[in-house]
Amino acid sequence: MAGKAAGKAAGAALKAPAFAYAKPASLAEALELLARPGAKVLAGGQSLIPSLNMRLSSPELLVDIGSIEQLKHIELKNGAIHIGALVTHASLETSETVRKHVPLLAQAVPHVAHAAIRNRGTLGGSLALADPAAEYPAVAVALEAVFEIAGKNSTRRVGAAEFFKGLFETDLKAGELLTAVEFPVAKPADKSVFLELARRNGDYAIVGLAAHNDRFVFLGAGDRPVQFSFRNNLEEAKANLEANLKPSADLYHTAATKLHLAGVLLERAWNTR
Amino acid sequence: MEHALDITLTVNGTRVRHRVEPREHLIDFLREKLGLTGSHVGCEHGVCGACTLRVDGQIVRGCLMLAVQANGCRVDTVEGLSDSKELARLQKAFHEKNALQCGFCTPGMLLAAQDLVLKNKKFTREEIRQHMSGNYCRCTGYQAIVDAIEEVVNG
Repeated sequence: MAGKAAGKAAGAALKAPAFAYAKPASLAEALELLARPGAKVLAGGQSLIPSLNMRLSSPELLVDIGSIEQLKHIELKNGAIHIGALVTHASLETSETVRKHVPLLAQAVPHVAHAAIRNRGTLGGSLALADPAAEYPAVAVALEAVFEIAGKNSTRRVGAAEFFKGLFETDLKAGELLTAVEFPVAKPADKSVFLELARRNGDYAIVGLAAHNDRFVFLGAGDRPVQFSFRNNLEEAKANLEANLKPSADLYHTAATKLHLAGVLLERAWNTR
Repeated sequence: MEHALDITLTVNGTRVRHRVEPREHLIDFLREKLGLTGSHVGCEHGVCGACTLRVDGQIVRGCLMLAVQANGCRVDTVEGLSDSKELARLQKAFHEKNALQCGFCTPGMLLAAQDLVLKNKKFTREEIRQHMSGNYCRCTGYQAIVDAIEEVVNG
């Protein structure tokens, strides 16, 4: 590229708009800052920073929660696995506790983006973004995970199925922060399978499936995780899927292709459970 | 510069202190303020991997991290890792196997590949491809890149 053209291209590059930045040391301080108008949470930033670069988002204040240590735990507590919102995909991937007690989540993690992104992106960030093609929302719904949410004056718990309200829409209110997720410990008889089809390893799913016992939750197939309960035989399940799943087309795949691929994943999951 | 902040970080072993705007990406800070133009700016939204850097020992996308987030961190770029000879085996293998043509993706490829080398075990071609899936190359068709990495990790 000639110098002049390169200069022009740089002018049209993807740069974030201006914003203020704060890095609170404690959760209380973070919640105080998040109560301000125009404040937005910065966790791993692997989805937020692209959206800033593309100017799809223009917060006045970014509250970087990266140094709040109490959001980085993975622990077994009261028969459940409690995972802090700031745990990265890479930490989930290498966690023996997750592999042993939340196998569906462990199976899903390698599908989340690429190594360099997994080093920074977080569990809480992905869930709070609620991208319908992302892996964790479907896993959380399939496992009936419980989300812990903190506000300036109170904390509350919400079930995964109630948390996801639509396309990038969740139950989080202004000023609230998702602090942790509680996954039930897998029982020996539980059967979990995570499957996904993507154009490139690590890209967002064309369609994916988080299956846990009778519960089948599809990703990339609606405006939020789409849940089915199938008990009887595969033919019946497939007919039910075809009648009730309404995926929308994306840049590369028609709705019909996605529906077909969802059926393929259902069959694979059915046969591997 | 109304929101500018002072940051201190260690880049390729040298401590640097600078005033940056929060909106400035780490990759732009390195290229424009420090003149370290070895790491490239490609897609600027985390898809291509040309800006791959190492922060506190882990590879990251330089375009998906703000310079302020690197405050207090140790940052390594292709320049530092070339000078220290850490990348020497990979660079030789990339050269010998024709694993680059235009070279735009190469700094990112080297950083991502070195991440595998540091795991100090053998990998199949499929595993190498999986690990490298976050780095685009528009020239080589990847075969030669996998050949080069395979030679170093399994050599």
